[in-house]
Amino acid sequence: MGALRSLSVSQQVGLLFVVLFGLLALVTIVAFSRTLRDLPPEQAGLRERFARELRALWLGALVFWVSWASGPLGSTFLFGFVSFFALREFVTLTHTRRADHRALLLAFFVILPMQYVLVGTSLLNAFTVFIPVYVFFAIPVISALANDPFRFLERTAKIQWGITVTVYGMSHAPALLLLDLPGYHERGAFLVLFLVLVVVAAQLGQEYASRRLRRRPVARAISRSFSWRAFSAGAGAAAVVGVLLYWVTPFKPLAALAMGAIAGAAGTLGEFVMTALKRDAGVRNFRGSSSVTGAVGLLDRVAPLCFAAPVFFHSVRGYFGI
Amino acid sequence: MTLPEAAGLALAFIARLVTGAQGHWHGSAPKAEQRIYFANHQSHFDWVLIWAALPHDLRAVTRPIAARDYWTATPLKHWITREIFNAVYVSRQRNKDGSGEDEDPLEPLMEALRNGDSLVIFPEGTRGHAADPAAFKSGLFALAQAFPDVQLIPTWIDNVQRVMPKGEVVPVPILCAVVFGAPIALAPGEERRAFLDRARAAVMALRGVV
Repeated sequence: MGALRSLSVSQQVGLLFVVLFGLLALVTIVAFSRTLRDLPPEQAGLRERFARELRALWLGALVFWVSWASGPLGSTFLFGFVSFFALREFVTLTHTRRADHRALLLAFFVILPMQYVLVGTSLLNAFTVFIPVYVFFAIPVISALANDPFRFLERTAKIQWGITVTVYGMSHAPALLLLDLPGYHERGAFLVLFLVLVVVAAQLGQEYASRRLRRRPVARAISRSFSWRAFSAGAGAAAVVGVLLYWVTPFKPLAALAMGAIAGAAGTLGEFVMTALKRDAGVRNFRGSSSVTGAVGLLDRVAPLCFAAPVFFHSVRGYFGI
Repeated sequence: MTLPEAAGLALAFIARLVTGAQGHWHGSAPKAEQRIYFANHQSHFDWVLIWAALPHDLRAVTRPIAARDYWTATPLKHWITREIFNAVYVSRQRNKDGSGEDEDPLEPLMEALRNGDSLVIFPEGTRGHAADPAAFKSGLFALAQAFPDVQLIPTWIDNVQRVMPKGEVVPVPILCAVVFGAPIALAPGEERRAFLDRARAAVMALRGVV
């Protein structure tokens, strides 16, 4: 691992992407060779789901590669678009009223771009307070001006929460590129990659453990697969991936382990919260259900990242005291 | 590529960005047959949504109806409806000054159908704001009588009232769907009112399908 650390930045990047796409290609080939065999229906359903997840992983990896190739500006734009689609899906799910129209316009066309402009221009302090302070203030004002008291608190709270998760949370991922860490110039993209990989590892670990262990779920009404044992397995998987990746990070191995566990745990818990939200909205997942028209299931995928990114971001800042 | 084509592609892209504009085909396939799509009407955005949900090659032969007085009032409105959408212009009221013959408001539609074009019509006549569409006006019946070979496709537009409520100009990004149903036909000897109610029911039946 020490030898890996002494490589130049572009060599490390090259190596990472070769490994990433190599792994994906390997899994795809194995999965494809398995489709040649007939399976009983219940396993065929599982296989279909796996194929869908694999496609999403390919897309995610490609998007990430593009964002790396296009530099900080490119990745800021990219995460901005992901935020836009996630917020669009969130708003589709919540029951907004006519009077919310202006507040929603503000959210989509002013707040979202502003937040990413603040990220892009490295105004870290403004970026941290813009949504919790100014937007928190502006949204209820705009809503109240629309002259509709019906379920006022509920409506504004939902819009506020949606912005906080899909815009504020998500924008912390590209913000990692801007952190000026000691001895770690030009390498912010590794931190983003580190975050994404440990969050994915935590989810896979939790999913696998919940299938194997069959523990009693903590909150049966919300998720049948979430148990503390499975959660620990997820966080553990994230920690292991964190240590394995320590050579691309500015952390020492032990710190990489802790950071991996923190980000992984936050992501898994975030997914759990999203499950609760889905139950509330009456859908099993965000795509293809009778109550939601044409939702694409992006929110499902990015929610863990939205929750993990701010926690990870501030953990890193705290660790380096900046 | 000409300017109207480019503008059309840009507009379809924006519509997809804002609403997803997903087309779901239940009971009919997106084929280049001559058709009349009839849909519920809740917003100015409805036509753009249907248009964007259609496959690219069907967009060129599918035409909207536009009120002549409103959509030819400024050069820009006229250009958009004429060059991008190839709209069929209709007059909202018959000539009242007594000069010349009364123009049948359906005549431009008949003309377009005789040319082999497909149409999108909103038989409610105006934008509604209730959950259910209003009673259908009789134009659909007249067209079905005159052109028995043209397929009548019921179409349900879901969620669009949240994108752009009546009176607002800027659309909010919310996912919408357009559901195209199985074609209906005028039964031999069917009464006007019975047919219109059946057509309205066919549109509303698509509501839960998505």
